[in-house]
Amino acid sequence: MSSHASAVSPAGSVWEGGQSPYATNSKKFGMWLFLISDSLTFSAMLFAYTYSRVTNPDWPKPFDFSPAVIFSTIMTFCLLSSSLTMVLAVHSMNHGDRKATVRWILATMVGGGAFVVLHMSEWLKLINVEHVTPLSNPWGVPLFGGTFFALTGLHMTHVICGLIYLAIIATGVGRGKFKAEDVEVSGLYWHFVDLVWMFIFPLVYLMSARVG
Amino acid sequence: MSSHAEEVVHAGAGIATFTKVWIALLAMTGIEVLLAYEQVPTMIMLTVLLGLSIIKAALIIAYFMHLKFEKLSLFLTLFPMLIFCIVLMLIFLGDAMRIPNMRPPA
Repeated sequence: MSSHASAVSPAGSVWEGGQSPYATNSKKFGMWLFLISDSLTFSAMLFAYTYSRVTNPDWPKPFDFSPAVIFSTIMTFCLLSSSLTMVLAVHSMNHGDRKATVRWILATMVGGGAFVVLHMSEWLKLINVEHVTPLSNPWGVPLFGGTFFALTGLHMTHVICGLIYLAIIATGVGRGKFKAEDVEVSGLYWHFVDLVWMFIFPLVYLMSARVG
Repeated sequence: MSSHAEEVVHAGAGIATFTKVWIALLAMTGIEVLLAYEQVPTMIMLTVLLGLSIIKAALIIAYFMHLKFEKLSLFLTLFPMLIFCIVLMLIFLGDAMRIPNMRPPA
C-alpha cells in the first residue's frame, strides 16, 4: 500500500510520515506537551485554592502590604527579568554566540536563585513567626496552610528543577555541546515557570493583601 | 557540533520587541500591586487581576515562548483543549459558593 502511495506522489503524502506537521523538532513538541499537562496540574491546584477560599468566608489575609506584598513584588520582578534574559540567551544561541548564551543563562539563574531565596525567607517567616503549617494556623482555617504550601511549594519545586536544568544547559553550551534548539526548549520551560507565577502572585498574594 | 546548524536564524521578534514585552509585563504587575494597595472591592479586584494575568500569560506565550511565530497547527493542537479543560474545572464553582450558606449557625 505504501509503495502504491509513493508511486502516486514521490513527495510523499502526509500519511507516510517523514513530514513535520508542526514544523518543530520533536524535543520542542515534547516540551510543549509536558507544559500543557503541567498547566492542567497548576490550574487544578489554583481552582482547589480558589474553591477552598470561597467556601471559607473567614479566609485569613496574612500578607501585610509593607513587607510581604512588596517582597513578593520583588520576586515577581526577578522572575520576569529572568524570563527576559532567557529570551536573550535563546537569541544569542540562535546567532551562534555561545559565550553570550552562557552569560545570559547565568543571569537567568541569578534571577531564579534570587526568587528561591526570597521565597524561602517568606516561607520561613510564615512558619516560624506566624506559626503556619500545612495542617494548622492561628487563624483557624487549616485549608489556608494546606493550599498555600501545596501551590507555592509545587511552583518552587519547578523553579529549583529549572535552575538545575539551566545549569546543565549552560555547562554543556560552554563546552560546545547542545544545539540552539536545546537552549530554546529549556527556555520554554523557564518561561512556563514565570507564567505560572503570573497567576499565583495575584490570586494568592494580592487577593490576601492587608493594608494599614 | 556543526556550525552550520547554528547559523540558522529563526524568524521572530528582535531584542527591542522582547524589551517592550518585558516593560508591558512589569507595568501590568505594577497596576495589579496598586489595586491591592487601594483595596478595591473583591469581585472587581478578582476580575481585573484575572484579566491582566491572562493578558500577561498571552504575552509570555506569544513572544517569549515564541508561539506567535510557530505554525498555527501547533497552537490549535495544544491550546483549545487546554482552555476547554480549564473551563470545565469551573463546574464546581456553584457548589463552592453554596457551602457557606449550608453551614449550621455557630
